[in-house]
Amino acid sequence: MPAPNDLLSVFETVIGLEVHAQLLTKSKMYCGCSAAYADAEPNTHVCPVCLGLPGALPVLNRAAIEYCLLTGLALDAEIPPACKLDRKNYVYPDLPKGYQISQYDLPLCVGGWLRFSSGGEERRAGITRVHVEEDTGRLVHRVDPGGAEESLVDLNRSGVPLMEIVGEPDLRSPEEARDYLIALRQVLRYIGASTGSMEDGAFRCDANVSVRRIGDPEFGAKVEIKNMNSFRAVERALRFEQERQQAALLAGETVAQETRGWIEDRGITVPQRTKEQAHDYRYFPEPDLPPLAVDESMVAGVRARLPELPATRRSRIAADYGLGPNEAALLTEERAVADVFEAAVGPPGDAASARVAANWIMNDLVGLQRQRGLPPETLPLDADQLRDLLAALAAGELTARAAKEVLPQITRGERPRDAARRLNLLSLDDDAAVRAAVDETVAAFPAAVADYRGGKTAAIGRLIGETIKRTGGRARPETVRAVMEDVLRKDNG
Amino acid sequence: MSLSIADVEHVAALARLGLGREEKERLREQLSSILGHIELLDEIDTAAIPPTAQVIELANVLRPDEVCPSLPRAAVLANAPRQVDGFFAVRAVLGGPGADTDPS
Repeated sequence: MPAPNDLLSVFETVIGLEVHAQLLTKSKMYCGCSAAYADAEPNTHVCPVCLGLPGALPVLNRAAIEYCLLTGLALDAEIPPACKLDRKNYVYPDLPKGYQISQYDLPLCVGGWLRFSSGGEERRAGITRVHVEEDTGRLVHRVDPGGAEESLVDLNRSGVPLMEIVGEPDLRSPEEARDYLIALRQVLRYIGASTGSMEDGAFRCDANVSVRRIGDPEFGAKVEIKNMNSFRAVERALRFEQERQQAALLAGETVAQETRGWIEDRGITVPQRTKEQAHDYRYFPEPDLPPLAVDESMVAGVRARLPELPATRRSRIAADYGLGPNEAALLTEERAVADVFEAAVGPPGDAASARVAANWIMNDLVGLQRQRGLPPETLPLDADQLRDLLAALAAGELTARAAKEVLPQITRGERPRDAARRLNLLSLDDDAAVRAAVDETVAAFPAAVADYRGGKTAAIGRLIGETIKRTGGRARPETVRAVMEDVLRKDNG
Repeated sequence: MSLSIADVEHVAALARLGLGREEKERLREQLSSILGHIELLDEIDTAAIPPTAQVIELANVLRPDEVCPSLPRAAVLANAPRQVDGFFAVRAVLGGPGADTDPS
C-alpha cells in the first residue's frame, strides 16, 4: 500500500459539513418557554406547545428568524421573498409532537459562501442553505432498578431554536474542514447568533465525506459521520474515514453509502442504524404556522445589525496597524478582544505603539485571562484601562517590568497608573534615588566595575540590571544607564 | 389507487403501529379507498394554479422574544404513564445509549 502522501496524488477527498447551531434567544422557537435549559430541573421549561398537546398553536420567535437572516447575510446568501416551515415527521420520544418543525424546500437563506483561511491561504467554500428548526428533548438511557432498559425524557431543550447551515461539498481535507468550522463558529460569535460552543452542544457538526480517484468526474459513495463533539474530533474522524475509504478503494472494494458514528475514545467510526424508513420524513407544509414573506425592509433592518466580519476585520487590522497576518488573526479571534485593541490604540497611526498594544494583549492580557479562567471574549482589562497602561508605558511612567508586576493586581475598573501608585511601582523620576541605587551597585560589584573600566564595556549591562533590581524594577533602564556611565567615568581613578 | 400490503406495512412501521394480518388487509382496502377518493382531484387541470400551503390569509405572524411562564411540572407530567425524578420514563428506544437522537 502506498504511503499516505502518495495516496494524496491518487485520491481526492470531498467533504461537506452540516452545522446545527443553537440561537441565542431568550425563549424557544415556537413558544415563550425559556430557552435556557442548561441548568434547569428536568421538564420545568415546558408548555402545551412543547408537549404537542391538541390545540396548542406554535408562534414564530422573531429574534430566531432575525438571527437566521443575519447569518444568511453574513454568508452572502440570498434571502428569498417567500419561505415557509414544514413538518418533518418521525416518531421518537425526544419530540412528543411526532414531528419536528423545520424547513424543507423553501428555507430562509439560499446559497452564499464562507471565507476562511487554511494552511496559510485564503479560501472560500459554498453554503447551500441556512434554515431554522427546533431542537429536540434530551434522553437519558439507563437500566431501571428491575434491570429493564428505559429512557428518561427531559423536554426543556425541546423547541429551543436551532439553525442548520448546510455547506457545499467544497472542502478537500480534514484540516480544511476543521478550519471552515472554526471560521463559521467565529462568524456566528461575531454576529451574536450563537455561542458556538461545541462542548455545550450549542454548535454541532455532521460531515459528509467521500473519496474518489483524482480526475474521476463522479463523487464516491457518500458517508455521513455523526457524533463528533470537538473541532479536533471532526478532524480526526474525517482523517480516519478518508484513510478507511482509500484503503477500501485500493483493495477493489466498494464503499457503502451509510451513516457512521465517531467513537472518540477508540478513534474510529462505526456504522449507525441503517433502517431505510428512518429517512422517510414525509415533509409537508406546517399548517399551524402562516408562511413568511421576508420583505426588503425586514432584510434592511437585519442588515443594519451586521458587524464587520472576522475575515474583513482581520485583513483591515493587519493593513491599518502594520501587523502580521498571524498577529491580526489572534487579535480578531474574538470580536470583543479586537474591540479592546482598536479602542485602546485609537485610529491607525504609529505602527510601533500598535505593536506594543498587540503584544500586551496577546501575551500578558491573554495569559492572565487564561490563568483566571475567564471566557475568551473577556480580557482582564477593559479598553480604558489598557489605554491608560499604554500611555503610562509610552511616557515612561511605568517600566515594562513594573507594568507586568502591576497588571495582575489591578482591581476591577482601576486605572493602571492608580494601581501602580498604590503599589509604589511608578517609575522613579527622583534622580537622587537612582543615583543611590547606582552607588550601591557599584560598591557591591567591584569586579564588574573593574571589567568595565578595563575596557569590557559590556559589563555595564550587568550593573544596569542589578541597579534596576534594587529599585524594584521602577528605575527606567535609559536613566540608569546615563547615571551609571556618569558615575563610572567620574570615579575612574 | 390500490395499495399493496407492503405499503401498509411501511406506513405502519413509520407510525410505530403493530398490525395483525387481518388489520393489514382491512387497512389496505380502507386506505386505498381514501386515496381513490382524493384521486378525483387529479381530474382538475391545476397547471396554472400555484401550490397552496395555507388557506388562512395570514403571513409573518411573529412574536417578540420574551419568556413566558411554563407549566408547573406536575401538570407537564400529569398525563405520563410513568415518571422518574421529574422525567418522563419510556421503554428504551432503539439504539440505546449514544444512539442518534437528532433526526436531521
